[in-house]
Amino acid sequence: MRLRPVYGAGPLHLLSHVAALALAAYAFTRIFAGGQPWNVVLWFAGALLLHDAIAFPLYTALNRLALGRARRSVNHVRVPALLSGCAFVVYFPLILGLGDGRYERATALSQDVYLGRWLLLSGAMFAVSALLYAVRARRAEPSPGAA
Amino acid sequence: MIVLGVNRLPRIPPPGPFRREAWRSPLRGPWLTSVLGAALLVGIPVVFVTGLLSYVAYEPALGRNNLIGDPGFLDFYVFSWPTSPVWLYALTQGLHVTVGIALVPIVLVKLWSAMPKLFEWPPLRSPAHALERASLALLVSSTLFQFATGILNAQLYYPWKFSFLAAHFYGGWVFIAAFVLHAVLKVPTMRRSLRERRLIDELRRGLDETKPETGESELIPSAPSAPTISRRGVLGVTGGASLGLLALTAGQSVGGPLREIALLAPHGRDLGDGPNDFQINKTARSVGITPAQTGDGWRLRLVNGTRTLDLSRADLLALPQRTYELPIACVEGWSTTQTWSGVRLRDLAALAGVESVDELLVESLQEVGSFRRATLSPGQVGDRRSLLALRVNGADLSADHGFPARIVVPALPGVHCTKWVNRLEFKGTRA
Repeated sequence: MRLRPVYGAGPLHLLSHVAALALAAYAFTRIFAGGQPWNVVLWFAGALLLHDAIAFPLYTALNRLALGRARRSVNHVRVPALLSGCAFVVYFPLILGLGDGRYERATALSQDVYLGRWLLLSGAMFAVSALLYAVRARRAEPSPGAA
Repeated sequence: MIVLGVNRLPRIPPPGPFRREAWRSPLRGPWLTSVLGAALLVGIPVVFVTGLLSYVAYEPALGRNNLIGDPGFLDFYVFSWPTSPVWLYALTQGLHVTVGIALVPIVLVKLWSAMPKLFEWPPLRSPAHALERASLALLVSSTLFQFATGILNAQLYYPWKFSFLAAHFYGGWVFIAAFVLHAVLKVPTMRRSLRERRLIDELRRGLDETKPETGESELIPSAPSAPTISRRGVLGVTGGASLGLLALTAGQSVGGPLREIALLAPHGRDLGDGPNDFQINKTARSVGITPAQTGDGWRLRLVNGTRTLDLSRADLLALPQRTYELPIACVEGWSTTQTWSGVRLRDLAALAGVESVDELLVESLQEVGSFRRATLSPGQVGDRRSLLALRVNGADLSADHGFPARIVVPALPGVHCTKWVNRLEFKGTRA
């Protein structure tokens, strides 16, 4: 019996997929053995859903909104927003003070500084971006008052 | 095709993202995805290998060091963790955490670039296609899982119920299985795409010269909008975000002037200018250590079989003191190098009457927490720089740094440099 008409690809494709999925399944059994298997499944599936069904449509919609409002200056908004967003995505627990004080109890460091630092960093990036836009706009239209 | 009732689906996809014309960005295409993929093909192995090395550094075969469950088929390692160079764990774990964080923007933009693949039509064409899509779902889900659990752990934020250690270790194996499969399947496509346009040429093209990619790939939009950013712009912003995160994080590991700009790093800050004002992993209070336990009544018990010897801090200070500059490097990716003074572990072994040490079980006064004990290897006990430290930077250890005594062993993960030590049990050949 030929594999391709039934399976849709060659034997190497099948073998490599079965091998990888078997290894992954075994690793899953080991995670589950550590306890709370449903919580593990929830986090794996939740991470996928959070990205594909919430984060991606959300930032796509925000991008379309920005494009509709300000086509010419859009990158002066998108670039600092992306940089600030990446910092937030990584450091939101510290920025938002999450963790019920565990960080402060463990490290003897204040968690309060992170929100201010992130806001100042973000503000600075938007300000630099606005400044660059103003300079560019002035160069493009040297008439007085143009911005 | 009769698989899974796919033949009953209409040939024409429903309106929305299943239609190719819904994807408008003129930048999407195999070349852009391949450039981002190539960056991950370099970065991800660094993070995976350093992650495995961190597992080895805990010497899980010794005593009760293994905290991720009964030994299985994936928790193997083939060498004992060395004590030289002293900065080895600071380097490997600094790379693991810092490179991992710096890869976040590249991962996210890579996902953006390949997103049309999620909405293929028909959703399942054949068993092969079904397996491919299942393994891709696993790749994305395990990528997000590994990055999320690692990054949240570095900020001491645990919103889940499972054991981080087991989930992040075996999650790494789920991830690498899916990642290697994806790489094997896609590297030929990647190489072909990268040959089609040179990176250097693309970096010279501004917005006006930015045209959609050409070819058969379903990533290329059929009805692209006019570009609003160039490809070099996308790569620049992605690389910039990555470098920005690197700058905001690396200082907690590298130290020096970079520490000043590690503004968002969890352990970027000093506590002050004093000899004990460097970063703390767990304060005495957070693990229930009280001044009464560490006062004059404190004794260090040396155990060798049935023989025991109790030593006060004054007894320990009367023994030959050694001073070494050694890093404490944490699994959370930060490190700090300080000047430690105390008694060599091998001198204590001799005092306990052990000639050749097989292992050393170190126990803390600490009654709660995963790391209140650790077992050290013969190499770790035998290194001349391995100390039961009593002082740091010329001052007594502070309560938060483990007063009256703590372990400091070169290249040992920070949590195994046990603080508030009250018992050392040597196993080996008696003198």
